Amino acid sequence: MNLRALLLASAVSGALFSVGAQAADMTIGFSQIGSESGWRAAETTVSKAEAKKRNINFKIADAQQKQENQIKAIRSFVAQGVDAIFLAPVVATGWDSVLKEAQEAKIPVVLLDRDIDPAGKDLYLTAVTSDSVHEGKVAGEWLVKTAAGKPCNVVELQGTVGASVATNRKKGFEDGIAGASNVKIVRSQTGDFTRAKGKEVMESFIKAEGGGKNICAVYAHNDDMMVGAIQAMKEAGLKPGTEVLTVSIDAVPDIFKAMAAGEANATVELTPNMAGPAFDAIIAFKDKGTMPPKWIQTESKLYTQADNPMAVYESKKDLGY
Amino acid sequence: MALRLPRIGTSQIVALGLILVANWIVSPQFFDIRVQDGRLFGSLIDVFNRGAPVALLSIGMVLVIAMRGIDLSVGAVMAICGAIAASLADTHSLPVVLAAALGAGLLCGLWNGLLVAVLGIQPIVATLILMVAGRGIAQLITEGRIVTFTSPDLAFLGGGSVLGLPTPVVLTLGMMALTLALVRGTALGLMIEATGGNPRASALAGIGTRFITVGVYVWSGLCAALAGIVASADILGADANNAGLWLELDAILAVVIGGTSLFGGRFSIILAVVGAFIIQAMNTGILLSGFPPETNLVVKAVVVLTVLLAQSPRLGGHFAGIGVLFKRSKSGGKRS
Amino acid sequence: MHATETLPPPLLALTGFSKSFAGFVALDHVDFTLHAGEIHALLGENGAGKSTLIKAMTGVVHRDAGTLRLDGVAIAPRSAEEAVRAGIATVYQEVNLAPNLSVAQNLFLGRQPTRFGLVREGEMRRRARALLGEFGLSIDVSAPLESYSVAIQHIVAIARAVDQSARVLILDEPTASLDAHEVEVLFAVMRQLTSRGIGIVFVTHFLDQVYAVCDRITVLRNGRLAGSAPVDELPRLDLVRLMLGRELSEATSRRPPVVEGEARADVATFRGVGKAGTIAPFDLALRAGHVVGLAGLLGSGRTETVRLVFGAERADCGAAEVAGRAVSIGSPREAMALGFGYCPEERKTEGIVAELTVRENIALALQARRGALSPLSRREQDALAAKFIGLLDIRPPDPERPVGLLSGGNQQKVLLARWLATAPRLLILDEPTRGIDVGAHAEIIGLIRNLCREGMALLVVSSELEELVTYADEVVVLRDRAHVARLTGAQIEVSTILATIAEAPSSVPLSADAA
Repeated sequence: MNLRALLLASAVSGALFSVGAQAADMTIGFSQIGSESGWRAAETTVSKAEAKKRNINFKIADAQQKQENQIKAIRSFVAQGVDAIFLAPVVATGWDSVLKEAQEAKIPVVLLDRDIDPAGKDLYLTAVTSDSVHEGKVAGEWLVKTAAGKPCNVVELQGTVGASVATNRKKGFEDGIAGASNVKIVRSQTGDFTRAKGKEVMESFIKAEGGGKNICAVYAHNDDMMVGAIQAMKEAGLKPGTEVLTVSIDAVPDIFKAMAAGEANATVELTPNMAGPAFDAIIAFKDKGTMPPKWIQTESKLYTQADNPMAVYESKKDLGY
Repeated sequence: MALRLPRIGTSQIVALGLILVANWIVSPQFFDIRVQDGRLFGSLIDVFNRGAPVALLSIGMVLVIAMRGIDLSVGAVMAICGAIAASLADTHSLPVVLAAALGAGLLCGLWNGLLVAVLGIQPIVATLILMVAGRGIAQLITEGRIVTFTSPDLAFLGGGSVLGLPTPVVLTLGMMALTLALVRGTALGLMIEATGGNPRASALAGIGTRFITVGVYVWSGLCAALAGIVASADILGADANNAGLWLELDAILAVVIGGTSLFGGRFSIILAVVGAFIIQAMNTGILLSGFPPETNLVVKAVVVLTVLLAQSPRLGGHFAGIGVLFKRSKSGGKRS
Repeated sequence: MHATETLPPPLLALTGFSKSFAGFVALDHVDFTLHAGEIHALLGENGAGKSTLIKAMTGVVHRDAGTLRLDGVAIAPRSAEEAVRAGIATVYQEVNLAPNLSVAQNLFLGRQPTRFGLVREGEMRRRARALLGEFGLSIDVSAPLESYSVAIQHIVAIARAVDQSARVLILDEPTASLDAHEVEVLFAVMRQLTSRGIGIVFVTHFLDQVYAVCDRITVLRNGRLAGSAPVDELPRLDLVRLMLGRELSEATSRRPPVVEGEARADVATFRGVGKAGTIAPFDLALRAGHVVGLAGLLGSGRTETVRLVFGAERADCGAAEVAGRAVSIGSPREAMALGFGYCPEERKTEGIVAELTVRENIALALQARRGALSPLSRREQDALAAKFIGLLDIRPPDPERPVGLLSGGNQQKVLLARWLATAPRLLILDEPTRGIDVGAHAEIIGLIRNLCREGMALLVVSSELEELVTYADEVVVLRDRAHVARLTGAQIEVSTILATIAEAPSSVPLSADAA
C-alpha cells in the first residue's frame, strides 16, 4: 500500500529530523475545535505531549465548536508570526480568506483530523486524517478472518444518520465483508454514537433475532455504542466476546476494559495522535524543504484481546477520553 | 379559548393499543415475555423500561404546561443530575448520591421557577437559559468525558428489578403515584388548573399563583433529576454530551399527546405518561421493524400527527368511530 | 336624515350597522354621519359599542348588516389595510408603530422612497421633516420613535395616516395618557387637519375635551344609537343622561326606607387611601348591612377604588382599619383573610375560569382561603355547588358544566356564589348587572338587598343609576379619578347623581333643573 509506505517514510524522516536544533525554536499554533468528545480531549492531550517531545512551543486555541473563533485564532497566530498553524476545521467551507492570509504571511497550515472543501486544496500544506472507510474495512476484514468461513449474521449499530463518518464506516465494513458470502448484515439501525441508544437498539436487535441466538457478531461504528450493546447483551443473558463477537471503532479506554474482561473482541483505533505526523512533516518541510504529500493518512490499528488490553487501557485512561 | 370537556383519555389509550398491535405485526415476538435473571424480559417490557425517562420528565412537564409554562431545561437537568450521580457513585453511599442529584434537580427547578414567577421572564426564555447552560455545567462536572462507575447500588436503579419489573418502570409508577397524591389528593391540582385557565381570575380568587408556579418548576426539576439518575444508572456512566439530549421535546410531545393544552388549564398526569409510552412504543416498533434508520423520523412524525388529529375535537367529528368516543366522554367522565 | 339632492353627500355615512357576537348584540342598527372638516365625538360607556362600531367601519370585524358610504360611494373594506387604502385611517391609544425604528422609518414604513430597489434614506428623512413640519413639529426624524413622548408618537401616527391620503381619521382615546399641554398640542393638530377637509372621529371619555374641540357628538348606549347632536345643542347634563340612558322623569324609583337608629358595626374604614396616577386619596367607611354605591363615568376611578380596597392594586398612601384593627392590604389573599370578596367587572378575564366546571369555580375562593393542603372533599364541593345553584337559580343546574358555556348572567351568579361560599364580611361588586339580561338584573338586585339585610357590608360599582338608588344607603360620586361627593339619605336620587357627575370644574354651568 502506497500511502502506508509514504506515511512510514514521513514518520521515519520526522524522527530523524526532530532532534534538529531548529525544532526547539519553533512555535506552532493549533486551532482545536473544542472538547465535544472524549476523543477530542485525548487528541489535545496527545498533541501537547508530542510537541513537548519535540521541544516545540505549542499554542492551543479552543474554538468551542465555532468557526468564527477558529478564524480569529488563525488571524492571531498569523499576527504573532508563528512558524506553522494546525487547524482541526469545525466545518468544511468558509476558510478561503483566512487561509490566504496565512499563505501570504508564508505560514504553512496543516489540517488535522478533518479535511476542508477540495476548492481550498492549494491553501494548506497537508492534511493529516484518518480514512474512515478504511477503518470500517479493517473491522470487516477482521470479522471475515475470525468467522473463518462459518455463517455469521451481523447486526450493525450505525452512527448518526447523515454523518459522513457513519456513512464511511458503513461502506468500509461492507467492502471488508464483500468477498465473504458467509458474513452478512441482518440488521442495521442508528444508535446515534451514544451508549444509551446503543444499548436500546441492541435490546431490540436481541428480541428481533430470537433472543440473540441468531446473532453471530455486532459491529458498532464507535466504541461507546458497543459498550451500551455489551450491557444489553449481558442483561439478556448472552455472553458478548464469546457467544457474540464484537468489533467496533475508535479504541477508547473503556472498550479495552471490556476486552480485558473478555466481553469485547476487537476495536480499530482512530488515533488521537494526529499532531505527531504533522509535526514531523512541518519539521521536514522547514529544515529540508521536503514537500509532504497532500494527505497523510494515520494508521487504523486493529486491537484484539491478544494485544494486552489492560496495558493499553492504562496507557490511554489519562489522555482525557 | 376553546372549551374542553373532561375526557377519559380513550383516544390515547386506543392509540397506545394500536401502536402495540402494529409492533406485534412487524415483529411477531413483540408480546413474548420471559424471565431473565429474575427480571421480566421482552419487547413490551422494553417499551416501558426505555420510556421511563421521558415518562418521568412528562410527569413534571405536564404540571408546568398546565400552568401555561414550559420547561425546556429538563434534558440539560437530566445531564447535570446524571453526571453528579455517576461522579459520586463509587465514593459515596447511595442515599448521599441520590440526595446530591435530586438536590441539584431541585435547585435547577427553583432557578427556573424564580426566573418565571419572580422576575416575570417568559417561561420559554427563562428555561432556555438553563437548557443551554445546563449541558455546559454537566460537561464541566464530567470534564467532557464519559464518567463510568461500578457501584451496584446505583446500577440497580437502571438495570435492577422489583418483583420482576425493571426499576425504572417502578420508579416512574412511584413518581406518578406520588405526584397524583400531591396534586389530586390536595387542592393543588384544582389551583393549577384554575391558574393555567385564567391566571388573573385565580390571583383575584386568592390563589397563591406565584408560589404554585415556583412549585411546579421545582417538581419538574426533581422529575428531571430522577430521569437523569435512571439514565446514568442504565448505562453505568454519565454522558454529559448526550444524556437527555432533545428529551425535553419528547416530554412536551408526551404531554400534548396526553391531551393537555399548551395554553394551560386542564391536565392529566396519567395520560401524559401514556403519551410518553406511546412515543416509546413507536421508537421500539421502528427499531424492531428493520426499516432503514433514515425513515425513523418520518414514520414517527406520521404516527404523532395521526394521534393528534384523532384527538382534535374539530376533526374528531369527521371520524364516525372517534366521534362516538367523544360523545361518550361528554357524559361526565372522570379525570386522572 | 333627508339629504336633498343639492347638498353634497356627507364624507362618511354609516346606516343600519348591526353586529352580534355569539348571541350578544354589540351593535343594533346604528347610524353615524361624519362631515368633511368636522370633529365628531363618539361617546358611550363600557360595552356601549364604540369599539365594535370603529372595527366594523374599518373592516376589522365583519358587520352583520349596514352600509358604509365614503363621499356617497358604498365601500366595504375587509381589513384595516383596505380601509386605509379607501381613506379611513385609525390611530389607537396604544400607537401601533414600531418603537425601535426611527421616526422617518415609521412614517414611510412599507412605502419607503426607493431608487433601484434601495431605500433612499436621505430622501426619506427630508420628506419626514417636511411632513412633520406641517404640524409644527420639528424633531430629529432619525431618532427612534420610542425616544419621544406619547403625544409626539401620536402625532407621528396621525401624520403617517394623513400622508396615506386619509380622508377620515379615527382617534381612539388618544388623550388617555397625555398631560394637559400635550392634549393642547394634539388638539391644534386636529384643528389643522379639519381645515384641510379631513373628518375626525374622536373617541374619548373626557367630557371637557369633547366640549373643547368637538363639533358634534354621537352617543351609543348598549349597542344602540342613544342620540346625536351638535355640541352646542347638547349641554353637559343632557350628554350624561344620554350616556347613562336616564330621563329625569324616569328617576322615580325610591330606595326602600332606611331603618334609622340601627347600630351598624364598622366593617372596614379607609382614610386617605389612594395611589398616584390612579385614584386621588379618598375616605370610605363600610358598615355591616350597609350598601355603598360608587357612581361615575367610565374612567372616573370607580374600579380603581375597589381594586385598592381589595388589594388587587397596592395603595401608596392612607390607612385601613378592619374591625377596629389597623391593617395593610397588599394582595387579594390578604383581603380575603380579612373577609373581603370581589366580583370584578371583567368577568371573562378576571372572574370565571371558563374551562373549569361550575362546581370548581364556586369552590375556588373558599379553597384558596383554606389552603391547598386542606382540600374540600368532592362531597363538600358537590354540596356547595348544589346549595348555590339552588339559592341563586343558576341555569342550567348542572354543576359539572364548564362555566364558559353559561350565559353572562349565570356566570355572574357563579362568581357571586364563589364569594358567598366564603361568607365574606364585605362583598365588592363591580358592575354586577353589566351585560346580563333584564331578568337576571332583578334577581341580582334582589340578592344584593338580601345580603344587606343579613348584615353583609357591600360596596357596589354601577352605571345603572336607577338600580343603584334602589339599594344604596350611600352613593359616592367620582369624577376624573377622585371622589367628589358623598350622597346620603334623600340626596340619593338619579337626578342628583347625574348632576354631580356632570358638574364641570368651572367652564360649563350647571343647568337649572339639576341644582
